[in-house]
Amino acid sequence: MTTNHVEASDLTVALADLAVAAPPGLAGRVLAEVGLADHYARIDSPIGPLFVAWNGRGVSSVVSAAGGASTFEADHRARTGRPATATTSLPPRLARAIARRLGGDRRARVPLDLRGHTDFEQDVWRAALQIPRGEVRPYGWVAAEIGRPKAVRAVGTALGHNPVPLIVPCHRVVRTDGMLGQYSLGGAENKRRILAAEGADPDALEGAARRGERLSGSRTTRIFCWPSCRHARRVLPQYQVRFRSFRDAEAAGYRPCRVCRPVSVAA
Amino acid sequence: MDTDTALAAGLARDLDGAFEGLVLAHQDRLYSIARRFIGDAHDAEEVAQDALVRAYRAMAGYDPERIRALRLRPWLATIVLNLCRNRVSRRRSGAPRPLSLDLDQDGASLPEPVADPTAGPASAFDRREAAERWASLVGQLPPAYRAAIVLRHVDGLSYPDVARALGKPEGTVKAQVHRGLALLRSAHEAAERIEREEMMSA
Repeated sequence: MTTNHVEASDLTVALADLAVAAPPGLAGRVLAEVGLADHYARIDSPIGPLFVAWNGRGVSSVVSAAGGASTFEADHRARTGRPATATTSLPPRLARAIARRLGGDRRARVPLDLRGHTDFEQDVWRAALQIPRGEVRPYGWVAAEIGRPKAVRAVGTALGHNPVPLIVPCHRVVRTDGMLGQYSLGGAENKRRILAAEGADPDALEGAARRGERLSGSRTTRIFCWPSCRHARRVLPQYQVRFRSFRDAEAAGYRPCRVCRPVSVAA
Repeated sequence: MDTDTALAAGLARDLDGAFEGLVLAHQDRLYSIARRFIGDAHDAEEVAQDALVRAYRAMAGYDPERIRALRLRPWLATIVLNLCRNRVSRRRSGAPRPLSLDLDQDGASLPEPVADPTAGPASAFDRREAAERWASLVGQLPPAYRAAIVLRHVDGLSYPDVARALGKPEGTVKAQVHRGLALLRSAHEAAERIEREEMMSA
């Protein structure tokens, strides 16, 4: 009986035949994972559907979905230099983290991809992240927090450039006179709606601002706060005292709250 | 200047701008290496993806001169093979037994019969079937032989590059390739003999 020997050349041909093409989508996933291409999906929010874009480094963009997908993709590429590919949903872990963050849990880690933005802008956004859900602080507070007390106008500009509104809560930063002011994600009305959805009362905040009530103190503790600070809101009405300015509060013998850190801001 | 030298120079100049070119140029071969080393298609896809991501992150930490000097083919092969080995060792319990050198004494452990890929006019189906059988035999080679065979004969690396990728002397990898080919050939022949015997006794 003859053995059917496999010749060396035939064997190497057979082995070379074992090379296969990579599955479709692999290249796109690699580029997204290293942050050279983004994915995006629609999510719902109190101000309507949003597009959220992300890559392996973190969330890179949050915008209203009202403009449509093709406008979003073109704007995203123009802003970041990266393509954005539509997908049906966010990765579950990221979706959970965003939901927790929007629900007020500041410990929920939402990775952000803020490449291409200045250190100053990122400092401003980090400061805004410290403001608890349903509370507001004036631009001057953010400027003081980042050690640039005179840069109030630049803080306003940086907040207007926030690429990830809602996640970085620039809606919680208000005008120095206490009025709610402008908002990059669809205008002033959306700012009111988001704050209302977070449990703040936009009408009450602006009413106090119109009356010149910038700060709120407690006669029992002799501590003063920003009016929306959770410690200020806990004070019973009969013990509340309002101040027009930081100087007035100190002159009355009150000390600033260590949690909301009120500062003197020029009106 | 060959393609990879040009690619490495591009990566050294502008990693982010040139990386997509690397992915497109190398994804098929990295997937093939992983697929033929691990076997499972899904695992291979994850490993190939992970290898490219790690390559990017490594280069992001290199200075341009180091990137320019990279020999991309063996370098990427090393990354993907290391990830393959990690994955295989995590799953060792369920892995099939490697081919043993004394096949004749242990007929029960022989692999599936392999159709002779050189016999008769090969239809696309026959060719695919033959490839699956060879792939199964390659998958049962001892890991050191399997790595050398996959790099030399599936990926088509030169012996110096196989040696670089495996971090071993060229003589060692040549011997591993030759032993691996001999094992594949005898496993194939043993399988054919069994198939013939079964046909005659049927």
